[in-house]
Amino acid sequence: MTKELLKGNVAFAEAAIRAGCEAYFGYPITPQTEALEHMSKRMPELGRVFLQAESEVAAINMVYGAASSGARVMTSSSSPGVSLMMEGLSYIAGSEVPVVLVNIMRGGPGLGNIAPAQGDYNQMVKGGGHGDYRLVVLAPATIQELIDLTYEAFDIAERYRCIVAIIADGSLGQMMEPAELPAMRAVRAPDQRAEYALTGANGREPRVVTSIYLDPEDEEQFNLKLKSKEAEIEANEIRFEEIELEDAEVAIVSFGTAGRVCQSAVKTARQDGIKVGLLRPISLYPFPVEAIQTLAEKVDKLLVVEMNGGQMLDDVRLAVEGRVPIEFYGRMGGVVPLPDEILTEIHKLVTA
Amino acid sequence: MTETELVESLIYEKPTSLAAISTHYCPGCTHGVAHRLIGEVLDEMGLQEDTIGVAPVGCAVFAYNYFDVDFAEAAHGRAPAMATGIKRVSPDKIVFTYQGDGDLASIGAAEILHAALRGENITVIFINNAIYGMTGGQMAPTTLPNQRTTSSPLGRDVETQGYPIRMSEILATMDGSAYIVRRSLHDPANIRKAKKAIRKAFEVQQQGLGFAMVELLSSCPTNWKMKPAEALTWVKEHMVPMYPLGDYKVHPALKGGK
Repeated sequence: MTKELLKGNVAFAEAAIRAGCEAYFGYPITPQTEALEHMSKRMPELGRVFLQAESEVAAINMVYGAASSGARVMTSSSSPGVSLMMEGLSYIAGSEVPVVLVNIMRGGPGLGNIAPAQGDYNQMVKGGGHGDYRLVVLAPATIQELIDLTYEAFDIAERYRCIVAIIADGSLGQMMEPAELPAMRAVRAPDQRAEYALTGANGREPRVVTSIYLDPEDEEQFNLKLKSKEAEIEANEIRFEEIELEDAEVAIVSFGTAGRVCQSAVKTARQDGIKVGLLRPISLYPFPVEAIQTLAEKVDKLLVVEMNGGQMLDDVRLAVEGRVPIEFYGRMGGVVPLPDEILTEIHKLVTA
Repeated sequence: MTETELVESLIYEKPTSLAAISTHYCPGCTHGVAHRLIGEVLDEMGLQEDTIGVAPVGCAVFAYNYFDVDFAEAAHGRAPAMATGIKRVSPDKIVFTYQGDGDLASIGAAEILHAALRGENITVIFINNAIYGMTGGQMAPTTLPNQRTTSSPLGRDVETQGYPIRMSEILATMDGSAYIVRRSLHDPANIRKAKKAIRKAFEVQQQGLGFAMVELLSSCPTNWKMKPAEALTWVKEHMVPMYPLGDYKVHPALKGGK
């Protein structure tokens, strides 16, 4: 395989197709629309399902239906559109059907703008819709990683019968980078659909996909089941990248595009003789708690950098439990920090 | 004295497409009639093993308990979207939604409209009883002018609370609609007509002709605060004039057949 120059939105859509995605339902919204456009051309070519819904509300409920019938299915959107999907996501979580969602985040709140942002961290990582549930949330920093995580997301979603959300910002959706696409997997045959799938009760007992448990004791049992799945996910699915941490005296914790900018700043700071490293969480849920605890044991200070007002910061604080001082640097509203800004923060860290 | 031979013959039994379970519906409610008609049609057409139902939010939220077929339980109003997802990935299955007026005509107005516009090849059974039953009798989009409900205690004032919506008339204007009819469940003759329409609405889907909906005028004695028989009379005398029975859209391929 060779690398080709790929736009982020097209890259993840094609990666999903190659992962055996059978159906895509979506609605246009900047800065992720190229994904919908790519799907509109490719899915019918391959005899698969593409449908532009009347709204994100309808799109996520179409996804819910297709997942209930056992198909590999996904949608993608951007922040305001994902807000509209929160109802459906809660129902999907409450029904334990596997779904993949890509959120190409933009500046907010409200209509905000179409520039890259990470302001949806809390919404995505803490659940977002009503009720007690979590999504597996993965945050790529490059287009290659966006491709690889999308390709794998379907397997994770099916393994745990959960929602896997990939959250990237508008810059990853819009920019082009050389990247390699994975091999095309075969689409699952209709008679190979999962044991919960609604396929018509032919020679078996009828199945029901529902999220209602009227008796509070039953609902609690269901919630406990979700909790035990979360424990499994927390044991198996933590991902992060460590950069220049071996001898680091101070360290940055940053994800996605912000993490990538920090990587440049770390490189420059190292040239300046500062022993700084970077821990980049890739799975935001499950959060790399132990890795951050270990890091807090060996460095003097931590700096959290995000393209929001300090949302992952809370999770870092919970992991660190006061072991070391934590500084925060954030840009909001669609502003991407420059490496020089981070470098200034690193200098402050070691001189203070 | 001549001996008469007594012969036992079965004249009534539960359709096999319905589950053997007692219902939670109120006495006199026509949901049970509608369920039975669907069950009979699925039996007669041999569709039980190929059918996937989508239940609404409302009194019929537990519809999946009463049908012996695969079922999904949708979010409020989203049954047509969920049914779309199911049908698109399982096109050889028969997919139907069962929705009340609050679900279909208020919170799910966009979803039903666009399912019809796309000619989504699904069957919709629409129960119009002019009230929100499950939440205890609030005003519905189909509540009649001056009708008293718990959220229009002085009667629906169209000046401030708007007018009732006629969904069959609206959906018949959609090019994707193949079969849109309104029937009533207020007496045996109308119930028989309703069953024929339900059968046709499933045949439309089998033939891939497009979107099919049967609107069924229904009673809600509990929330209308009437005896069951009075409620049926109220359907006939008050609902039918507002919601005229008839065929609003019939695909040319269906015309001619009874």
